[in-house]
Amino acid sequence: MLRHPDPAPSPRHLEQPVSTTATRVIVTGEKRRRALANKRRPENLSRPTQRSRARKETLAGYGFLVPWLLGFFGLTIIPMGYSLYLSFTRYNIFTPPRWIGLDNYIRLFTNDPQFIQSAQITLIYVFVGTPITLIAALLVAMLLNYRDKGAGFFRSAFYAPSLIGGSVSVAIVWRAMFGSEGPVDSSLAALGIDLGGWIGNPSLVLPAMIILSIWQFGATMVIFLAGLKQVPKELYEAAEMDGAGAWHRFRAVTLPMLSPVIFFNLLLGLIGAFQVFASAYIISNGSGGPAGMTNFVTIYLYKRGFTDGQMGYAAAIAWILLIVVAIIAFILFRTQRSWVHYAGDNR
Amino acid sequence: MSTSNVATTSGAASTPVFAAQQTIAAPPRRRRVKRKTWQTVIWLVVLIALTALVLYPLVWLGISTLKPNSEFGQNPGLIPQQPTFDNYLKVFDGIAGVPLWQFFGNSLILAVLAVVGTVLSSALAAYAFARIQFKGLGILFAAMIGTLLLPFHVVIIPQYILFNNLGLVDTFWPLVLPKFLATEAFFVFLLVQFMRQMPRDMDEAARIDGAGHVRIFWAIILPLVKPALITCAIFAFIWSWNDFLGPLLYLTSPENYPLPIALRLYNDQSSTSDFGATVTASFLALVPVLLFFLVFQRFLVDGVATQGLKG
Repeated sequence: MLRHPDPAPSPRHLEQPVSTTATRVIVTGEKRRRALANKRRPENLSRPTQRSRARKETLAGYGFLVPWLLGFFGLTIIPMGYSLYLSFTRYNIFTPPRWIGLDNYIRLFTNDPQFIQSAQITLIYVFVGTPITLIAALLVAMLLNYRDKGAGFFRSAFYAPSLIGGSVSVAIVWRAMFGSEGPVDSSLAALGIDLGGWIGNPSLVLPAMIILSIWQFGATMVIFLAGLKQVPKELYEAAEMDGAGAWHRFRAVTLPMLSPVIFFNLLLGLIGAFQVFASAYIISNGSGGPAGMTNFVTIYLYKRGFTDGQMGYAAAIAWILLIVVAIIAFILFRTQRSWVHYAGDNR
Repeated sequence: MSTSNVATTSGAASTPVFAAQQTIAAPPRRRRVKRKTWQTVIWLVVLIALTALVLYPLVWLGISTLKPNSEFGQNPGLIPQQPTFDNYLKVFDGIAGVPLWQFFGNSLILAVLAVVGTVLSSALAAYAFARIQFKGLGILFAAMIGTLLLPFHVVIIPQYILFNNLGLVDTFWPLVLPKFLATEAFFVFLLVQFMRQMPRDMDEAARIDGAGHVRIFWAIILPLVKPALITCAIFAFIWSWNDFLGPLLYLTSPENYPLPIALRLYNDQSSTSDFGATVTASFLALVPVLLFFLVFQRFLVDGVATQGLKG
């Protein structure tokens, strides 16, 4: 039997003032004391009472969850199952789906160079852009952490782009700034680097997209900064006493103390990067061009499903995206034991 | 500040016993202050340069709205040679036969409904997850966390088929209904975090006095988590305002378009003619978000800092 750590309710607890509006119900002292005692010692309740209470709680829990449950099953789980089914069919929304087994998946990997290219550029975008964004965010966070006075202003200024970075407006700005004769092109030309417009150039449009994702480093930076503020100052002082230089202090104190935050930012950053859509759509005018270099998996999925009406094929693309994201999350969670250090945890 | 430097500036003549303390406690005062000031100046200069670089695209956008069409492609600099308000006059006429204010109106309706739906449904779900012990809590909570990581693109095809079968394509329903069903797990998660921190004594006392969950939720918990609700509301507004994929999928007639889709119309035709109007419409679409940001930046940035909520 479970032993309660505090079998008798302390008198102090009983006399605790209750002042919320919801509790201005007059209850006799005796009733209240008994109720409190019951609360503290659930084993004193008779079994049926306890069970009916538990049932009431469960009922209340599901009552509050009704909207979420409807959304979870109606708009997420059942649709996911349905799209898994669709991925094994040929379906154009007008005629009923026709089962074709693994054909969609086989076609994707063996007979669709567009998809292979799409997967490649998506992976480059995700695995180049996210680490650079994280490093930039960490560097700026450390810079801001150097001094408190005045840092608030810069923190807000750097944060602003991540609020609007995925919007159509910013994509239009990017198109103009990195287009031929745009500010970026002409400033580089003034420095003697004649690249022409980035947006129309197949080898430069992906870097322009990656720069757009780095530009939104602010949210990540703010999270890093909050993490840095929580690193105990004594650790740095101790390291300094031991004669550790700046780089060594960074390696031995900052990185391990920040590792949970790095893990969080890396996970969300990678998953978020896979979902880039509006910017690529606007920058390429919905084409995924030039030469398919902005044809990210999400764009390709949209084109196949909603422009070409190949819903089954698009569902297969969606499931591959899901599986890749799941694998990345799985790898991150599995490896976190070896590099993520949680405070008070001596694993 | 590196250790070796401090050591050299401190007196070499000090007794060995106190050497270690002195290296830290007594470097010559004036030099240290001077050095500190210089470091601060460099710090400021670096950060101001960085701010200029980061905010340049936005400044460029704002000022470019005053450039006449002829200057785009000719004058890549910041300052217009012949500033004009023509772009604004043109842009208010709208595009595809729909005036600009209607796109604004559509965006506003969608965003307000998104705020109401998200805050209500997420708060209800969060209360259940944070404050009620019920059978299945563990597994449902894990499922909710799982949806945090789920790419939205995985469900767009089946959701589209669903709403298409219900005859709801080209209405606001497919965009608004999910908001009322707490499908954005981020908000649920954020509120759960906040509600868990609230002391339990209060609602326990309220329960003993006969208050049910509905009353505890409404009269105790909701007022306590107001700051978190405001953060949710602001993000729900901005995300809805910026949303492109949703309206692109579901809205087909121009009079239903919110701003991002209207901007696409400008963008599509901009290569041929009216770049000034495109830039100006983009700027106007950003203005509400930027205003929100200026007014609520503390809420937003602190919300991000404490909860890890991304923009």
